[in-house]
Amino acid sequence: MAHEHKLEIFRGLWKFKSNTQKIWGVLAFLTLVTAVEVVLGIFKPEFLTDTYVLGMKLLNWIFIILTLVKAYYISWDFMHLRDEKSALRRAIVWTPVFLVLYLAFILLVEGNYVFDVYKDGFVKWNF
Amino acid sequence: MDTTVTTEIKESVWGGGNRPLGASYGKLMMWFFLVSDALTFSGFLAAYGFSRFKFMETWPIADEVFTHVPFFHGNYPMIYVAFMTFILIMSSVTMVLAVDAGHRMKKNAVIWYMFATIIGGAIFVGSQAWEWATFIKGDYGAIETKGGRILQFVDAETGKRVALADFAKSIASERVAHEESNGIWFYGEGTMPSFTVNEVIEGFKANPGLAIKTETINEEGEKVVLSRQESLSKLADASQVVEGANLIHNEYGSRLFADFFFFITGFHGFHVFSGVVINLIIFFNVILGTYERRGHYEMVEKVGLYWHFVDLVWVFVFTFFYLV
Repeated sequence: MAHEHKLEIFRGLWKFKSNTQKIWGVLAFLTLVTAVEVVLGIFKPEFLTDTYVLGMKLLNWIFIILTLVKAYYISWDFMHLRDEKSALRRAIVWTPVFLVLYLAFILLVEGNYVFDVYKDGFVKWNF
Repeated sequence: MDTTVTTEIKESVWGGGNRPLGASYGKLMMWFFLVSDALTFSGFLAAYGFSRFKFMETWPIADEVFTHVPFFHGNYPMIYVAFMTFILIMSSVTMVLAVDAGHRMKKNAVIWYMFATIIGGAIFVGSQAWEWATFIKGDYGAIETKGGRILQFVDAETGKRVALADFAKSIASERVAHEESNGIWFYGEGTMPSFTVNEVIEGFKANPGLAIKTETINEEGEKVVLSRQESLSKLADASQVVEGANLIHNEYGSRLFADFFFFITGFHGFHVFSGVVINLIIFFNVILGTYERRGHYEMVEKVGLYWHFVDLVWVFVFTFFYLV
C-alpha cells in the first residue's frame, strides 16, 4: 500500500527523512515533556504554585497544557491523524472536545457549589 | 490544507460507493469506538473532578499516597508512575514501528515490534497490579473518627508519618474474631485490624513526640498538623483503626479518592489488559502469515489505533490523578 506520510512536526520546523525517524523524534519529544512534568511535580516551584491564573494554580495550567500537547502528538503522529483527511480528523477531534468541555464545565461548577454549601452552610459534617 | 480533494472524476453523489473520508470501514469503526470510549473515560475523570472540587480542602495529596518504588525503601513520590508512563509510551512507539513495517510488508519486523509491544503492555499491567496491592495494603495505618474523617500520626518535629506498629501499646482485650462455630446466624466477619482503637490511643498518650495530621489542607497546600493538646482531644472521636484502603475505608484520607483510584485506573488497566490480548491474537496472525496472504497489514494498524488510545488515556489519568 502506498501510504503518504507527512514527515514534519512543529509546523515544519523539524523535518524527517523517513517515517521511522519521525517516530523516534516524536518519542524524544514526548519523553522530554513527561520528564518536565515529573520534575515539576516533584519540586513544585513556589512561584508556580503561588500564582493563580483564572482561579487555578499556574502549575496546574502547565500540567494540563503539557498533557494536551502530548495528546496532540500521540494522536497526530502515532495514530496517523496527520495523514488522514481533514474531515475525518475534525469529526474525531471536535466531537469529544466539545462534549468534554461542556461536561467538565458543568460538573466542576456544581462541585464548587456543593463545596461552598458544605463550607458556609449550617450543617456540620466534619466532626 | 494541502490535500486538495480529487475532482477529476465526477462521482455520482447518490449512487453510493463514495469514500469521502478515504478510510476503510474497519478503521472508521475503530475510530467510532475510540471516540465513544474516550467519552466514557472523560465521564469518569469529570466525576473525579466533581468530587475533588466538592472536597477541595480535604482531598488527599497524591504525592503523599503513591510514594513507593518496588525493591526500594523510602519516600519516592512520582518516580514509579513516571516509569510506568514511559513504558507505555515506549510500547506505543514499538506499535507504530510495527504498523510502519506492515506498510512496507516486512513480516519479520512486524513480528518483533509486536512482540516488544506485548512485553511493554505486560510490564505496565504488572506495575499497575503492584500499585494496587501497595495501595490496598497501606503502610502506616490511621484512625477513623465517628464522622468518617481520617487522622494520621506524625512525628511532631519532623512531620514524617509514624506507623501504628511503632507506638501502639499492646493491651490484652476481650475482642476475638467471631467464628461460625459460635453463632447461629453467622454471615462472616471481615479481617480485624492489627490494633484496637484503645491500644492506639494509649500508645499515643505515652509518646509525647507524636501529633495528629488531619485531612484539611492549609494555605500552603500542606496537610494541617494539630498541636499535642488538639490531637488528644481529637482522639476522643476515634471510632476505628484503618489499615490500607478499600472501597469503604481509606487510611490516606477521603474514601472517594480510593474509589476513583480503583475505578479509573482499574478501567484503564482493563483496557491495557484487553489490548495485550488483542495484540497477542494479531501477533499470532502475523506469524501465521494471515496478513501476508491478505496483501496488507491493516489489522495491525487498527489494533495499533486501540493501543495508542490506551496510551492517550493514560496521559490524562497521569495528569489528573498524580500531577494536578
